[in-house]
Amino acid sequence: MSALAVAAAALQVVGVLAGAPLVVGGMRQVRARLEGRAGGGIGQPWRDLRKQLRKQQITPSGTTVVFALAPAVVAGSTLLIAAIVPLIALGSPLDSAADLFGVVGLLFLGTVALTLAGIDTGTAFGGMGSSREITIAALVEPTILLAVFALSVPGGSANLAAIVAATANHPEQLVSPGSLLAFVALAIVIIAETGRLPVDNPSTHLELTMIHEAMILEYAGPKLALVEWASGMRLTVLLGLVANLFMPWGIAGSDPSFLAVLIGLVAITVKVVVLAGLLAAGEVFIAKLRLFRVPELLAGSFLLALLAVTASYFLGTPTS
Amino acid sequence: MTTTIDASPAAPALGEGPRAARRSIDGPALSGGLTAILGAIGLTLGLSVIFGEPRQLRIGWLLPLVGVRLDLDPLGGVFVAATGAVAIAVGIYAVGYARREHWARFPLVTLPLFVAAMLLVPAAGSVTTFLLAWELMAATSLILVLSEHRRKEVRCAGVFYAIMTQLGFVFILIALVVLSATGGGDAFTTIAANVDNLTPGPRNAIFLLTVLGFGSKAGLLPLHAWLPKAHPEAPSPVSALMSAAMVNMGIYGIIRIDLQLLGPGPHWWGLTLMIFGAVSAVFGVLQASVSTDLKQLLAYSTTENMGLITLALGAAALLTSSGAPTVAAIALTAALLHLLSHAAFKTLGFLAAGSVLAATGLRDLDKLGGLARRMPVTTVMFGIAALGASGLPLGAGFVSEWLLLQSLIHAPHDSITLVALAMPLSVGAVALTTGLGIAAMVKAFGVGFLARPRSAAAEAAREAPKSMLAGMTLAAAACVIFAVAPALLSPALQRVLAVLPTVGGDSAGPQIDTILRLPGVAGSMSPALLAAALAIAVLLAFVLARWGGRHRPPVMVTPLWASGADSLSPRMQYTATSFAEPLQRVFDDILRPDTNVEVTHFAESQYLVERVSYRTLMVDPVEQRFYTPVVRAVTIWAQLVRRAHTGSVHLYLAYGAAGLLIVLLVAR
Repeated sequence: MSALAVAAAALQVVGVLAGAPLVVGGMRQVRARLEGRAGGGIGQPWRDLRKQLRKQQITPSGTTVVFALAPAVVAGSTLLIAAIVPLIALGSPLDSAADLFGVVGLLFLGTVALTLAGIDTGTAFGGMGSSREITIAALVEPTILLAVFALSVPGGSANLAAIVAATANHPEQLVSPGSLLAFVALAIVIIAETGRLPVDNPSTHLELTMIHEAMILEYAGPKLALVEWASGMRLTVLLGLVANLFMPWGIAGSDPSFLAVLIGLVAITVKVVVLAGLLAAGEVFIAKLRLFRVPELLAGSFLLALLAVTASYFLGTPTS
Repeated sequence: MTTTIDASPAAPALGEGPRAARRSIDGPALSGGLTAILGAIGLTLGLSVIFGEPRQLRIGWLLPLVGVRLDLDPLGGVFVAATGAVAIAVGIYAVGYARREHWARFPLVTLPLFVAAMLLVPAAGSVTTFLLAWELMAATSLILVLSEHRRKEVRCAGVFYAIMTQLGFVFILIALVVLSATGGGDAFTTIAANVDNLTPGPRNAIFLLTVLGFGSKAGLLPLHAWLPKAHPEAPSPVSALMSAAMVNMGIYGIIRIDLQLLGPGPHWWGLTLMIFGAVSAVFGVLQASVSTDLKQLLAYSTTENMGLITLALGAAALLTSSGAPTVAAIALTAALLHLLSHAAFKTLGFLAAGSVLAATGLRDLDKLGGLARRMPVTTVMFGIAALGASGLPLGAGFVSEWLLLQSLIHAPHDSITLVALAMPLSVGAVALTTGLGIAAMVKAFGVGFLARPRSAAAEAAREAPKSMLAGMTLAAAACVIFAVAPALLSPALQRVLAVLPTVGGDSAGPQIDTILRLPGVAGSMSPALLAAALAIAVLLAFVLARWGGRHRPPVMVTPLWASGADSLSPRMQYTATSFAEPLQRVFDDILRPDTNVEVTHFAESQYLVERVSYRTLMVDPVEQRFYTPVVRAVTIWAQLVRRAHTGSVHLYLAYGAAGLLIVLLVAR
């Protein structure tokens, strides 16, 4: 691997770190404008982060090291995903260390850490949020893995670089039924996993409807900053990943030039901004689902993913 | 589920107190030590066979007519080594456990015998020796399950276990007798030489019977019902041995008889195994995710993991029969690796649960909690086990589940429709299993060990004694190896794979190095690299959180947010039941819980609630639907037969004579 490939991977991490609050801010701004409000501006999440990072550290009484460590595990696993997935360039030095299954595993590792922290507080809200979060995560997992399967069929591998490269070389496969179904399934799953509408409402402050927010109710100050930063990063990375899995244009190769890395950076920024804007705009028009209607949505996406796999098996022509 | 547990498990043994004091030998140390030594012998022997020559032993005088015949090859060796390794950890643990629980003499003597029987099963080289060792294993384990026989639940579980294990034995007995009759001999080697003469009829019958019989030992559906009863009621070291080593023998039987001796079979053999496996995995994990008994949860998780292993074996068989030996090798590696890693994390899980049980007298998760501060080492140990069982990265089960998924997604495209349909559905089943497994383990660890204690017994918990901690540490070390450095096991696995005919000697299995590489297909993963990178990333996140730390006032401990109320009582916490309630509602149709909510209003107003009582009873739906009719039918039959039992000796003599006549008529 070249030095530039390593630099591109590092750039991905830094980009996700710096860009995640902006993505969240941008989405809030889009929503605000569409709802006829002025909004806090794109930079508001960054200002919130800075404020919270300077606040006093607070340890809720009775919590253990699990509670203290969870934000770092969530943020760390998300940063690692940012280093592995092909956002700017294909040849991440960690590409052979983890494929799409590994990335899904890391994603769940973060979810589990936060869930345990929610239980660890020993409050009713913490337990409630954790219980709901883990229920949704358990139902999301089958869909994600099946979508991974569907995506891995054309490239003959679940390694991310291989999937993206296969799509880039054979763009006609994108309009195949398998690929389209997998896209819809993956989109629903990412919405569920990042706690967006209609599964969870990220701006809710009504305890009984909360999932993610209930779980992190006891966090304050720097730890809360880390949790919110991490959830923004998760959203950004997943949007970037889904963008490149289905629209890999502009991504730099495994041995990129300086210019290619720059183009890759611009391309992924544009893609994430467009996707985030669409997601935010879509959220204006829908209401949160009842918690016990969510499994129906996820079952639907599971069926789509299953159809995607079967379709790609029976209709797809293996290219490798 | 409400389980009442005798608050003073030591009570029955009190009568033996003076006698125990008079005894000069230290029973627990002797028994545990002997178990560990037997384990060490098994481990060394297993490893020496895997890396060296097969060993044989004939003892002609021990059994009439055929004699005892022991043949240890690398396949048996891996099971002997795994059993031995489990026995070492359990033996060391049992020293402290038996002392703390005041074990009687009988279980102390039986524990090493049980381990010896388990070591004999995979070493058996003939049908007779195999059946003998199998029965010895069943009998000794039954004695151990019944060691707290004064409790009613234990006796009930014991009866259940005795009947089911003998039922399974009948299946195996018939199958193996037919096999040795048609195979022209008692020794497995003779049968292997003549197996091609077998016609499809008996071959298929033997396959189905052995899958049922061995499946019941492995806890596969529908003959699983003994497992979630007997494993929790047995003393914890015994639960660990049963759940981590004894169930493996069922898998051993399937590999030895069905895949090695009889195989390769037609497509539907592999498919049958896959269906058995997938249904068991999903059902097991679903029951685990709503179970509120810590040990029962672990027992259902055993059904789940054995299901995954059987699914992998079935996938290997199906892939071999449809002409994809390289991918089949991946599936087979996944099965073996998962078997070993399951042995590691399940040993640790049951031992940690045993520490909790010994310290609090509780298995009910709804009454536990807050153990992280009171039993820190046990908590860490259970955390490692739970991480392994959930199949997440850095956990012991991750690598094998990854291999299983890879083998499922890399099935050849141009093969038969059956494969094209079976593989996606299996991926769905595996994925659902993993997802629910995570939920079950988060519940077990989070509700059981974190937060605040939900009962006085949990409040008063103290850390386990040193020998128990030492036993757990050994199992934890094995878990870490499986999680981070599976490369260490690679040479052994390669040798075992080479002797399995399903794979065919020359097609190599996956390359398990620092980076795992799959043969023939593109795919790689590195658990060690992933762990290191994650550690760096978490450190980076810590550094990020320190940003601006200069401006911060010192850390403060504050009370929890109680929505403005005075204080939070531990009863306000989520319990295991409430934690699993959403899942229970989602899978209502399968689980069929018996729930009842009673709301009592005040006499003055319908809008004021005086009391709400919520009662839920989780019953195994398969047991209820499938077993109850069978048991009822058997009871009716028994009633009918009883009419013939009048107590008259003359009549009984007539029965005997009539029976003899019938036999003579039939046999002629």
